[in-house]
Amino acid sequence: MQSFRALSRTPFYVLTGGLAVLFLYPLIWTAISSVSPQPGSAQVDGFGFGNYATLATYQAGLPHYLANSLVISAVAVVLTIVVSTLGGYAFARFRFPGKDALFLLTLSILMVPYATLLIPLMIWLKQLGLGNSLVGVGIVLAVFQLPFAMFMMRISFEAVPKEIEEAALVDGCGTFTALRRILLFAVKPGLITVGLFAFLAAWNDFMVPLFLVGGDDQPLPLALVNLRQQVMGVIDYGATQAGVVVLTIPCVVLFLALQRHYVNGFMSGALKG
Amino acid sequence: MTTLATPRPGSSATAAPGPGPQRRRRDRRALAGWAYASPTAALVLVFFVVPIGLVLLMSGSDWNLLGGNQGTNFPENFTAVLEHRMFWPAVGFTLKYTVIATLLLIALGLGLAMLVQESTRWRGLLRTAFLLPTALGLASASLLFYALYSPQVGPVSGLLDRLGFAEGQVSVLGSADGALWGTVLLVVWRFAGFYMLLLLVGLQGIPHEVYEAARMDGAKPFQVFTRITVPLLRPSLALSTIMCVTGSLLAFDQFYILTKGGPDGSTMTLVQLVYNLAFESKRDLGMAAALSVVVLLALVAVNVVQLRALRGSSAD
Repeated sequence: MQSFRALSRTPFYVLTGGLAVLFLYPLIWTAISSVSPQPGSAQVDGFGFGNYATLATYQAGLPHYLANSLVISAVAVVLTIVVSTLGGYAFARFRFPGKDALFLLTLSILMVPYATLLIPLMIWLKQLGLGNSLVGVGIVLAVFQLPFAMFMMRISFEAVPKEIEEAALVDGCGTFTALRRILLFAVKPGLITVGLFAFLAAWNDFMVPLFLVGGDDQPLPLALVNLRQQVMGVIDYGATQAGVVVLTIPCVVLFLALQRHYVNGFMSGALKG
Repeated sequence: MTTLATPRPGSSATAAPGPGPQRRRRDRRALAGWAYASPTAALVLVFFVVPIGLVLLMSGSDWNLLGGNQGTNFPENFTAVLEHRMFWPAVGFTLKYTVIATLLLIALGLGLAMLVQESTRWRGLLRTAFLLPTALGLASASLLFYALYSPQVGPVSGLLDRLGFAEGQVSVLGSADGALWGTVLLVVWRFAGFYMLLLLVGLQGIPHEVYEAARMDGAKPFQVFTRITVPLLRPSLALSTIMCVTGSLLAFDQFYILTKGGPDGSTMTLVQLVYNLAFESKRDLGMAAALSVVVLLALVAVNVVQLRALRGSSAD
């Protein structure tokens, strides 16, 4: 802040405005090329959804790949939220043998990134009956979301005053009722952040399905990358850019709607970390 | 959820004889704690601990993509990896890419964070603009840039022509340098906002009074930056560096989509090589697992060193 205060107003607006345009340009370019009959041509001659129609008919088709993406994301989000809520509650409020070891083990998932575990996971998931399965991909993505989610939910529960819960326990309800009826509302901002991060990570992931599923089980990002190599190496840029737009719209909408949670969750997490 | 939440028999079952009510209550709490933590334990054991064991086992086995496990092949997998003609080039390229990406991202992230530090309406809009690319998946962003760089449809090739860097249709990703810097540009675009946010948190933690005092003492803006901002920002800078180094050492999506390691293996990263060994050139899962183990150990070592540095810096 200090070093930039010296800039007078007009150069500041020109500099930052120019930067903002550079950051937004690729997004705008993609949006325009996706509705242009000849993507990338100097002027947009005509406007149409032909690229989206091509994408919809490609092999198994857009709805199918979107459904795959939805299944993977739903499994990952639900599993991340449920497990990290229960686990965060346990780590924040209970003392039990092995607690610190388990918490450290969960955080150490960050140290051993999943790129190095995808080869064994491919074999192991097959053994578990989850070979080539969207549910398997969702579970793997949830596991690698767990360190952040667990950390976030633990600090969320720790921030809730103990008295609130103790009052409920004295009134005779069990810990689970206290969790469900009272605590869950107190940790809602943490839950939203964890859910949003898990969704964005799962919806956009490319590497895990690349290693773990194939054929018609591909989610949209994987299908789009493979779309490039169709038809004798001729790349359908229009359809690919339409796919990028389809993938991006939910993320941008969610991001803009939940921006405050995203930034705040980030800040509280980063500050304590 | 309920199927996973089976309570585990804790050590509390073997409580001392004649436990008082306090003791019994504590044991019950411990049991409940384990019950709530058991889904975490199950998930971590089955999908993290077992795969680590398995990758170690596979790295010592003759394991074929189609044929499965065909016996032990212990030191051979590792010697084959070290002698593979792409191994050292991949190590070198991954390190080079990591240094470039980290320096650029941290510098740009810090610059952007300083630009948007004050909260005004205009700066709020700027923040949103810089953060918007982080909403895209890395794969989507890579596909987007693949089209941007394409000589047939993308504007970049024409721009390079007009600026006099090249003539006619240039294939940005067709040369080794173009492929490296094209990928770096994509990564900078996608992640700069992320590091801006991370460093913004640190900047906002620096009290105003420190700046006031420095200005009273007549410090120049540059001195304020090097003597106050950077030292007080060290924990955030260290955290950003760790995340950036870790992410870059494991770079895969952007290279798989933009270059597939080409041209001529000039942008081959270590994880891309793992993929190639397993699915493309060799279909040798044992060798791919051995390379995974090498990468994994190197990464754990890098993280331990960096975490120690981070702890040292935040203790200052």
